[in-house]
Amino acid sequence: MFEQLSDRLATTFERLRGRARVTEADLDEALRDVRVALLEADVNLKVVRQLIATVRERALGERVLESITGAQQVVKIVHDAIVEMLGGTATPLARADRPPTVIVLAGLQGSGKTTTAAKLANLLRKQGRHPLLVAADVHRPAAIDQLTTLGKQLGVPVRAVRADRVAADVATITGAAAAEGSDTVIVDTAGRLHIDEGMMNEIADVVAAAKPHEVLLVVDAMAGQDAVDSASAFNARLALSGLVLAKADGDARGGASLSVRAVTGVPVKLIGTGERLDALEVFHPDRLAQRILGMGDILTLVERAQEHLDEKTAQEQARKLMDAQFTLDDFYAQLQQVKKMGPLGDLLKMVPGMGGIAKQLPEGPEAERELRKIEAIISSMTKGERADPSLINGPRRRRIAAGSGTTVSDVNQLLKQFADMKKLMKQFGTMAKSGRLPRLPGMPRV
Amino acid sequence: MSIDKALAKTRGGFLSRLFGRGDEKLTAEWLDGLEEALVRADVSVSLVDPLMAQLRDLFVTGELKTIPKALTAVRETLVAALAGDLRLAGEGKRPRVILVVGVNGSGKTTTAAKLAKRLKDAGERPLLAGADTFRAAAIEQLERWAERVEVPIVSGKPEGDPAAVVFDAVNAAAARGNTTVIADTAGRLHTKGQLMDELGKIVRVAGRAREGAPDEVLLVLDGTAGQNAIQQARQFTATAAVTGLVVTKLDGTAKGGAVFAIVQELGLPVKLLGVGEKADDLVPMDPLAFVNALLPDAA
Repeated sequence: MFEQLSDRLATTFERLRGRARVTEADLDEALRDVRVALLEADVNLKVVRQLIATVRERALGERVLESITGAQQVVKIVHDAIVEMLGGTATPLARADRPPTVIVLAGLQGSGKTTTAAKLANLLRKQGRHPLLVAADVHRPAAIDQLTTLGKQLGVPVRAVRADRVAADVATITGAAAAEGSDTVIVDTAGRLHIDEGMMNEIADVVAAAKPHEVLLVVDAMAGQDAVDSASAFNARLALSGLVLAKADGDARGGASLSVRAVTGVPVKLIGTGERLDALEVFHPDRLAQRILGMGDILTLVERAQEHLDEKTAQEQARKLMDAQFTLDDFYAQLQQVKKMGPLGDLLKMVPGMGGIAKQLPEGPEAERELRKIEAIISSMTKGERADPSLINGPRRRRIAAGSGTTVSDVNQLLKQFADMKKLMKQFGTMAKSGRLPRLPGMPRV
Repeated sequence: MSIDKALAKTRGGFLSRLFGRGDEKLTAEWLDGLEEALVRADVSVSLVDPLMAQLRDLFVTGELKTIPKALTAVRETLVAALAGDLRLAGEGKRPRVILVVGVNGSGKTTTAAKLAKRLKDAGERPLLAGADTFRAAAIEQLERWAERVEVPIVSGKPEGDPAAVVFDAVNAAAARGNTTVIADTAGRLHTKGQLMDELGKIVRVAGRAREGAPDEVLLVLDGTAGQNAIQQARQFTATAAVTGLVVTKLDGTAKGGAVFAIVQELGLPVKLLGVGEKADDLVPMDPLAFVNALLPDAA
């Protein structure tokens, strides 16, 4: 469904290249592909039209049509236009001159406010701050319990407001926060519809009472065309200072957030990338542009690798690989490390040019299942077998298959792949030692 | 809130326009407006583009001349797509088992509670099962709802096995004479293998508690969701054999048009609509009202 824009454009331009003269009409045909790709990524229709007009003008100016690399050039122009709309570089959260810094979270029902509040508290605490969570969602049943539980998990204090005194209590708690040792107050509010007058009045009162330094709107990454309308209404009423893109760990392209930024001018500041309470990151506009276009996100991949992979282990494994001492145990350990970085399909999509391969892989859960099969097989081997797979004869294969809930042919396949890999690595090792293997340019050191 | 009232919120004078200007001439601009309305309602371009191409052809050849005729054509096409048997399956099964599944924040817990209320009002004896043992306080949330709609509940322990909760609830229902078990499950992104496997297990275990269960696996889709809803439906169907859709949050300005691609590709019927925050705000799908809500405001 989500064909890669670059693939699609390449096909279009391939057709165009055969001709003696390429006309504006031909360019427009290519831009129709851009339009469809952007709409499929949930970019707002108005924003799409604007983008297309900009891209068209620039493409003609750069004489893209005469170029052999026209498709890539158009993709680059689209990419740059999107980055511009997203606001270029990352925007940091405001910080009060005199503590506490007050942050109010707002949004539609189910957009992810409560989880974001807890994640933000966690993020700030890691930076040495002392956050206080304020549970001001008195409407959703058990919302206060939810934030209280999350606060407990994090060891961050939580204060709840009373149902009939939301704004007043927020003011009191915020006023007393500094004296009680908190330098940042994060207020979680109830989800509400932007057209619900009563509820919009309530949050306007909360904002007036809290005098916040940040009013962040939490936007669901899976949101569609309507996101622009709802965000505009929130902005008109609350003067938003930033957006949080929640649930961006799925496969949604997040085009709605681009649109909200483009239409309201409010920058995206944070992005939620997983269920765990540490999965909230500073937002980088250029990376989202690549995601919307399906161009991969190598920077996030490298960062995740740095965060999750243990460098010493990695070096040790690299050495073993080259020396062909790599065992199934090492292979298993490596799998565990890669798994920590997130779903395999997601990782592949971040690698430029690998999006196509990610597409051919079994979708989402399937790929994870394959991985887990491999894990199960290796776990069902004895220590000796893992160190020396040549021990694994017929009866052992049957035992391993039974133990791991797989078939003998699954086990055979894994052993063959492992043997092939070792052989290949041995060749690399020999080449590297004899100095025939050039260091790959631009690759991060392992 | 009634479905018409909820869905009419941004419709403006749709009906008056339709009946008031019966012979208004179709124009290229009006067709552009129609296209815009459909796209802005999150109807997939893969459906809008061919539909608009057909309409424009008919317009150019002079076969389609007036706005009401064009609207009727579009309306009939879209309504037909949503038609079918929209009743909940498993009537007469004891107990009937309904699983409520979906991504985070789509409105599962609220939908489970409203559905319980709906069945209770229809004379059934529903039992809620709080099987979202993952999200902090999700069980408390359903328990409060259960109290509010006066329906009994069997709930799990935080971080307990959700499949076991469903199993216990089905057995409890059989013992106590409850007619339908409605199980609320944890929100999960369709891309998370492990969580999807857990859901597969819940489905299998339900079948062990009562032969043939679950009777309905309702995928709850956020009405404000965009094209990703299609991917969600694909993955949930592959893992949990979804039998029907519930589109929520239609009391805002979003139209839920993404469901058309799902209906077309997966043949899943939209059975229920969430149109408000009150216990009564879950209504059966009304294809005509749903379609009318997303047809254009501006002629």
